[in-house]
Amino acid sequence: MKKIFLLFVAFLTLNFLPAQVKIQGQIKDNRNHPLHGVSISLKDSYDGATTDSTGSFSFRTTETGEHILIATSIGYNTIEQKILIGKERVTVNIFLKEKLDELKAVMVTAGSFAAGDSKRAAVLSSLDVATTAGSNADITAALKTLPGTQQVGEQEGLFVRGGAGYETKQFIDGALVNNPYFSSTPDISSRGRFSPFLFKGTVFTAGGYSALYGQALSSALLLETIDLPEKSEVNASISPLFLGAGTQHQAKDKKSSWGINYSYVNVALYFNLVKQTPDYFKIPEFQNGDANFRFKTKTGGIVKYYTTFSFSNLGLRRPDIDSSYLKDAFALNNYNWYNNLSWRENLGKGWRMNLVTSYSTNTDDVSQQIQDQNNRAKQFANGLYWMRNKNFDLHRRQDLSQIKGVFEKKLIGISTIRFGSEYWYSYDKSVMKDTARKLIDNYTAVFAESDIYITNGLAAKIGARFENSSLIHKADIAPRISLAYKTGKNAQMSVAYGTFYQKPENNQLYYTTALGMTKATHYILNYQKMTVERIFRVEGYYKKYEDLIKMVPANFYTSNYNNNGSGYAKGIDVFWRDKKSIKNFDYWLSYSYIDTKRDYLNYPQHMQPNFVANHTASVVMKRFYTSIKSGFNFTYSYATGRPYYNLMVNNNNKYFIADEGKTKSYNTLNFSGEYVPSIGKALAKVFIVLFASMSNVLGANQVYGYNYSYNGKYKEAITPPAKRFYFIGLFLSWGVDRTQDVINNNL
Amino acid sequence: MKKLLVSLSVLLLAYASFGQNDKFQKGMEKTMTMLDSAKTSEDYTSVAAAFERIGDAEKTQWLPYYYAAFCNIMKGFQDQKVNKDEVATKAEELIAKAEAIEPKNSEIFILKNMASTLHMLVDPQTRWQQYGAKGNEALAMAKQLDPNNPRAYLMEGQGIFGMPVQFGGGKDKAKPVFEKSVSLFEAQKPASSLAPQWGKSSAERMLALCK
Repeated sequence: MKKIFLLFVAFLTLNFLPAQVKIQGQIKDNRNHPLHGVSISLKDSYDGATTDSTGSFSFRTTETGEHILIATSIGYNTIEQKILIGKERVTVNIFLKEKLDELKAVMVTAGSFAAGDSKRAAVLSSLDVATTAGSNADITAALKTLPGTQQVGEQEGLFVRGGAGYETKQFIDGALVNNPYFSSTPDISSRGRFSPFLFKGTVFTAGGYSALYGQALSSALLLETIDLPEKSEVNASISPLFLGAGTQHQAKDKKSSWGINYSYVNVALYFNLVKQTPDYFKIPEFQNGDANFRFKTKTGGIVKYYTTFSFSNLGLRRPDIDSSYLKDAFALNNYNWYNNLSWRENLGKGWRMNLVTSYSTNTDDVSQQIQDQNNRAKQFANGLYWMRNKNFDLHRRQDLSQIKGVFEKKLIGISTIRFGSEYWYSYDKSVMKDTARKLIDNYTAVFAESDIYITNGLAAKIGARFENSSLIHKADIAPRISLAYKTGKNAQMSVAYGTFYQKPENNQLYYTTALGMTKATHYILNYQKMTVERIFRVEGYYKKYEDLIKMVPANFYTSNYNNNGSGYAKGIDVFWRDKKSIKNFDYWLSYSYIDTKRDYLNYPQHMQPNFVANHTASVVMKRFYTSIKSGFNFTYSYATGRPYYNLMVNNNNKYFIADEGKTKSYNTLNFSGEYVPSIGKALAKVFIVLFASMSNVLGANQVYGYNYSYNGKYKEAITPPAKRFYFIGLFLSWGVDRTQDVINNNL
Repeated sequence: MKKLLVSLSVLLLAYASFGQNDKFQKGMEKTMTMLDSAKTSEDYTSVAAAFERIGDAEKTQWLPYYYAAFCNIMKGFQDQKVNKDEVATKAEELIAKAEAIEPKNSEIFILKNMASTLHMLVDPQTRWQQYGAKGNEALAMAKQLDPNNPRAYLMEGQGIFGMPVQFGGGKDKAKPVFEKSVSLFEAQKPASSLAPQWGKSSAERMLALCK
């Protein structure tokens, strides 16, 4: 009996104090650095440990036999290793490999400024666009505070690194936008058609952009529309310049939404208060409407449709440059309708698909007329050809239909391959002085691109694009290569090379389609250091232009065109943004230097284009005071003088420089402020924003260039229609919080 | 003799069957003691790992994953050097594991709220709209599932406390919420000794700050 009891006690103690074996070792990364905080565990047991600062671990276990030891750490690939536990201590040393991680990995940044609200820190968000003084919520105007862009005020467009405005193209969800700006008026730049709040991401590439895009010699502006809105709301905007109203409706299950907006712009009141230099005989008037619907698919994809139409008309009179008593009257009616339907889908097994189709139509009716002092039309004899050509009516219609498909497959790790194709059908018809011209182009492109991650610190993007235009019977292949290398924490270097082709402009193709693609080759070297609150980047580039379009005079007023133009651009862009050093104060600085010359169009030799200033700089400052719920924003931009030329045809039918000069330097200080009384009140029924802005606060006289009389004897400065621009507006939105619906759906 | 053998075998049987549960209980209790004394980021890392080991070995218990996620979140809040997105993402993975075992539990939604807050803190100005809304939704869900969860009011109070007065936040607005939290803490009756009970001292400290 006693024996049994003893045996029992012995048995219990044995069970409570089983033989323990020590397991120890060290964990290092690939570069032989010890890793701390790595969790070591014996599979299916509670036993394990965490490594200390020397990467060492040790623990005791009662398990015996064959087991699996698991080592895991955030940011590293988990390793499972078989070990045999006997009576002796076990020593295991493990090397962990860093996990390839999209958020940690280097990103090719040569040439591109990512802006948006994605997880990666962004350069500019849509709110930044709205609150950049001088932008008045125009995306292009805000981007002009980034380096590499020119302060061109007499025409619309982004003039990037020595490129003209038409050499930058805009893409919405991958589809080219044919008429991204409101139709232009001579010597006045017009706004972009799209609100920054339509987009969740904006990538502004100053060069070296992806093979997924083409037909832009300088730059691609990639706009990605928002998915579903955060909530349902009704909104209204009131301003002396416009009235607007709209609604956005989100379904109860948060899986679909639709919206509709309308606004009416009429500047009559404003022009009464703020005198304009031109005499507006037809006050600018715009009617804009847009509508959208979006829904999520069962497999995690999304379908989005967006459409916008606008109807506008205006008319203005200015003194004629060739006469002291005649006037130039310009009138424009524009009708534009834009549609974009996209479908993003996960196809499973690492495949993703992006389909987009888009249709747009744009009609301009322009009337240009010489009028006398009583505003009556005046006709001229054939001999006065320079006056006669100033009397015309132009009717122009431009349509673009396109479809694009991109397929993406995740390869090993985070490496990705994407490929696809696109087709554009463009129709352009103009009737001027009873001469009708029509262009139809079938443009096709096939492209492939691969992001290859060798490690988190070294990545390459290799791609190529094949393009063919039926109109000019020309095809080309454009290779694009870029590399990024991590040089330290948050810092990286990248290089990019690529060739870019662009068809000649339609107003050249009207006269001959026996032209080839124009070509640019980009070389870019970039260094960037970026944290959430600070960005520093410096980028140097060299661009070579070939096959640019040149004009050869046939007689005094018509020309022939060929591809004999060429040129180069080289320069350096510097950007610094800091949200950290001063609390609630956000500022950025941009500086660009450029040296560029082109021999193209009517230039008799290689010379600096008239839209290029050698030095440009911008300072943008924003400060929000929570105590008064108001923000104040200032932007100061400076550019050295730009060259201007009077290019005339000599007796040998050759262009020559009849006169040249440099404008005075450009500078402007812009201000904007917002008062947001309902900020931070999550449950506020109405959200109010009062916004006001003023451009050119200091009243600097701005000269963008000069217009010359036909004989070159008289020149006149091109200036803005008014010295300053003022804006005030009240924006209201009434939100419907759907949180409770979501909760009910989940319960 | 026979009797002894019978009672011995009964005892052994009971011991063996009880052993498994006892092991979980003891393992959890031991790790929770470690959690109580955790101070540094390293402490939280190793406690989180210990909880995760228990969770992985047990497979059917949600509490180890819950506490492992909690440790990761605490690490994110306490150590300013740690990558908040990284630990919040890790916590969310663990929360998903816990939720798969124990769906619709108020405590799990509290952690979801905290993880969203961590993500938001990385860049509040641009992220509040996305992660703030997500966090609020989780908090509303937590309250709906258990209107008497004192931790829900602690989180709500902290959100209000941190918001500027002009935005409808501040001490005065947070005070009644903390008061409610403290009173619920005093009345709280945990389902088991392992059930979440943390937060009382934080609520009391926050309430004191409001006075």
